[in-house]
Amino acid sequence: MTHTDKTPFVLLAALVVLLALGPFLPKSLFLLTMSLGKGLVVLGLVVLLRTGLVSFGQGLYYCVGAYAVGSLSQFASVKNAVLLLLAGTLVTAILATILGFLLANYRGIFFAMLTLALSMIVYGLLVKTSTLGSTDGFNVPPASLLGKVISGQSNQYPMFALACIVAFVAAVLTNSYLWTALGQLSSAIRDNEIRVEYMGASVRNAVHTKYVLAGALAGLGGAVTALAIGHIDPEMAYWTTSGEFVFVAILGGTGSVIAPFLGSIIFEFIRTYAYQYSPNTWQLVLGAALLLLIIFLPAGLWSVFARLRRRT
Amino acid sequence: MNEFLAVLMDGLIYSSWLFVIALGLTLIYGVMKILNMAHGSFYALGAYAAASMVGYWLNHGHAPMASYGILVLAAVLVGLIAGPLIERGLLRFMYGRDEMVLLLVTYALFLILEDVIKLIWGVDPYFIPEPYSLLGTMDIASLTYPYYSFILIGVAVLAGGAVALVLQYTRQGKLLLAVIHDREVSLAMGINVSRFYLVTFTVGTALAAIGGALTAPTVSVVPGMGVEVIVLAFAVVVIGGLGSLEGAALGALIVGLVRSAAVHYLPQVELFCIYSVMALVLIFRPKGLFAAAEVRKI
Amino acid sequence: MQRNASRIIRVLAFTFCLILVLTLAATPGAAQQPVKVGVVTFLSGAAAGPFGVPAKQAAEVMVEALNAGGKVPGYPAKGLNGAPIELVFVDEAGGTTKQVTEYRNLAQRVDLVIGYISSGDCLAVAPVADELKKLTIFFDCGTPRVFEDASYKYLFRTGATSTMDNVAAAMYVVDTKPGLKKIAGINQNYSWGQDSWNDFVATMKVLKPNVQVATAQWPQLLSGQYGAEISALLSSGADVVHSSFWGGDMEAFVLQAVPRGLFKKSTVVLTCGETGMYKLGNEIPDGTIIGARGPFDMYAPDTALNRWFRKAYMDKFGGVPPSYPSYKMAQALLGLKSAWEKAKAKSPGDADKVIASFEHLTFEGPGGKVTMGLGKGHQAVQGMVFGTVKHEGGKVTYVNVKHYPADKVTPPEGVKAEDWIKSGFKK
Repeated sequence: MTHTDKTPFVLLAALVVLLALGPFLPKSLFLLTMSLGKGLVVLGLVVLLRTGLVSFGQGLYYCVGAYAVGSLSQFASVKNAVLLLLAGTLVTAILATILGFLLANYRGIFFAMLTLALSMIVYGLLVKTSTLGSTDGFNVPPASLLGKVISGQSNQYPMFALACIVAFVAAVLTNSYLWTALGQLSSAIRDNEIRVEYMGASVRNAVHTKYVLAGALAGLGGAVTALAIGHIDPEMAYWTTSGEFVFVAILGGTGSVIAPFLGSIIFEFIRTYAYQYSPNTWQLVLGAALLLLIIFLPAGLWSVFARLRRRT
Repeated sequence: MNEFLAVLMDGLIYSSWLFVIALGLTLIYGVMKILNMAHGSFYALGAYAAASMVGYWLNHGHAPMASYGILVLAAVLVGLIAGPLIERGLLRFMYGRDEMVLLLVTYALFLILEDVIKLIWGVDPYFIPEPYSLLGTMDIASLTYPYYSFILIGVAVLAGGAVALVLQYTRQGKLLLAVIHDREVSLAMGINVSRFYLVTFTVGTALAAIGGALTAPTVSVVPGMGVEVIVLAFAVVVIGGLGSLEGAALGALIVGLVRSAAVHYLPQVELFCIYSVMALVLIFRPKGLFAAAEVRKI
Repeated sequence: MQRNASRIIRVLAFTFCLILVLTLAATPGAAQQPVKVGVVTFLSGAAAGPFGVPAKQAAEVMVEALNAGGKVPGYPAKGLNGAPIELVFVDEAGGTTKQVTEYRNLAQRVDLVIGYISSGDCLAVAPVADELKKLTIFFDCGTPRVFEDASYKYLFRTGATSTMDNVAAAMYVVDTKPGLKKIAGINQNYSWGQDSWNDFVATMKVLKPNVQVATAQWPQLLSGQYGAEISALLSSGADVVHSSFWGGDMEAFVLQAVPRGLFKKSTVVLTCGETGMYKLGNEIPDGTIIGARGPFDMYAPDTALNRWFRKAYMDKFGGVPPSYPSYKMAQALLGLKSAWEKAKAKSPGDADKVIASFEHLTFEGPGGKVTMGLGKGHQAVQGMVFGTVKHEGGKVTYVNVKHYPADKVTPPEGVKAEDWIKSGFKK
């Protein structure tokens, strides 16, 4: 019996809704753009999580993607937004391919720590590079699309729309990948690698491919964030940033490609409200909120939808 | 030659500090398979508790020499109070769950504890420098070192030795080894695994707190002091191989010595030290230096 | 088919409701008569104790007194030209990305923003201020890059940059230790530490071309453990050790280095030392050179304004004296008030008039006169002060206090700090 996957339609519907609602929510547009950018990174993480791998170093690609965009824009005067995004994704995809040769051999906590170590080394390199501003980073000049400037100006809608479309395309493509034979191998690898090898598939190649996909998505997310915020710094490669992505990934759950974006939006909103309403104890509020979510929704927020689906 | 001796001394002191902190973490992971992200918070709690208690003691004009005992007492108290509270009150309900969920729980705990510490002790720094300078100094290699640094080395050796002895030679220790090796079979054999978890978590917390308490006289105790320690402890534990005591010791030694050499000869690379060592060790020994043989399901 | 349709509708409904609810909750109330000032400073983490909270407390003291009217010497009017000031505090912790998000959120809720201690946050927020057309005043961050790299209309900085600290520090060192041969440094390995050390060394090389750098230590920010670094400094044989350490790191360094004799072997210059003097003064030996990032705290002039500020702050906060972040926050608020009243602004809508008055303004703060003399009138210049610690009768005093006027330690308009130093301080 073939399974009909409804996810692309849901994604399309969500895209239409967001684009339609956008002009009526000018105050939330920035937060939503940021959430979508970070959601892309988390999407890559979810692909890895399904394979049983936790990467504490996605910040590396997030940062490299952002710096690629920043450098091209600042030093090479490339202003086309789509070109910048593609460049960011390409650079990180290549980097992920190279590093993937090493990392595909590791599992579990050692995979996590090695990715952490690599991202911290990149952090260190950036801190030492004063031409890139060391820990202060530098500002990303406004980018344009179809002749109009879309970032760094008071009308947030064009950047928001771009982020929505980019997230949509990435989510649909990732979803298609996850439904292919190679994509479906994720949960098999997580359960029992040796049997997968017996079946004739190459675990190493599968892991390598997923790592490259995750890296590319993280780079794309970094590129979108760089354009939206207009500033990049080495903190993006610090382990606490990567840790935050892992947190959101588990918060949203791994059930669907929509989950990372949902988790990211909710996390950002909770954090912003914690800042606004309890500036002296926002960590407490955030920690407590997340603890409650973990206790009551151990499979992440997406499990709410999965349960609804089962009931209908 | 002098320079070399200085590198050794500094490396040894830093390694001892790392080892005391990492010991609790590797113990908790080895037994309970929990990567405790709140480990740094217990370190901070130990430091704050020590600062408060020693500060109170000294302000009331009592014997300064007793402050060393108070430091340890403060840390043990933190362990005895915070450990069981968190293990019984929170972690106990999470044991069946995925490792990653447990990691997240400890991360949420870390966030909460950061603000709890801020609410109890405020943001102002606490100072208890007396124990650090009280014992005087000695000259080695034409450099001055306070005797206090040697206390740190002593505590590291003592703590490591004590844990190793307990595990190897006492009955309870051997039961604990059984639990580390296979939880299910231990349960089936009638070992009270739940109690061992409680004890282990308490001891691990107390060790982190001792690390913090011993550090308190050398720094100003400020909010956020636990954050930097977390990743250092993780790195040392991973280099050594998770759950391995000798691994943690060797890992601490390597990191300490490499860092000390960098500081003396090439200060600009100090930033990369610990991560490069970790990356290199993992590249050549993917499971850490003293990886335990793992059973694989087929 | 029906099941799937209802599921899609459910998801859409949920998303829609979520966004609607959260957006409505974020809608700010209509602006009212009081002027809402957003204050962004560290309320958590390592920078809260030494900087963030003293700044917040100074804001509270100042605004309370200003709103009462007639209490602040030299500034008799109530509030801002009669309108009461309302403060909204936001934590600066969480990283630059978070701070840009929070700034955008804050800008929707307040009329203007004062804040930012971290240079990274300043650089990131600067262009957003002009984008959102929100009057923003940086009160503390030290990077010279803000107005060296670009010009802004809505952005002002009422505090001097780190260049001025370290140029003055080098001048003081050369003035007081003319025979020095070797220098060393221990600075946190991030842009603040790097810029500070570079400015210090560059100035030293101009003033004393034969000086040698014995060693430059670069511990990580918030490392807290300096055993090896101190050993390296001890064996370096330097006459002067420069450090731009702040807060907990500085205090840890002092506590670890003093028993080992570093402060006796070399003269240590702590450019941000002032914040630690209240609690740690007894531990810091004679001969240490202390900076306060300007004429603040113990270096402030004895004016009615300074006396009032110190008394008001100490009365409200249990006898703890205001430190330099407190002074700089007071300076920012008084600068705002001066510009506001000079422009005779009636409401936040008169922002353009306030900006026009703020440019090239000269006003009085508790640390003395401040002139908005750089960055096309948007960047303050102020003199620098350094002194040497001496314990007399069990109390900490400062001897050999030297004032360096603003024009001696500040690059001219349009010239980058490092170029200016290299040129030999050409005007």
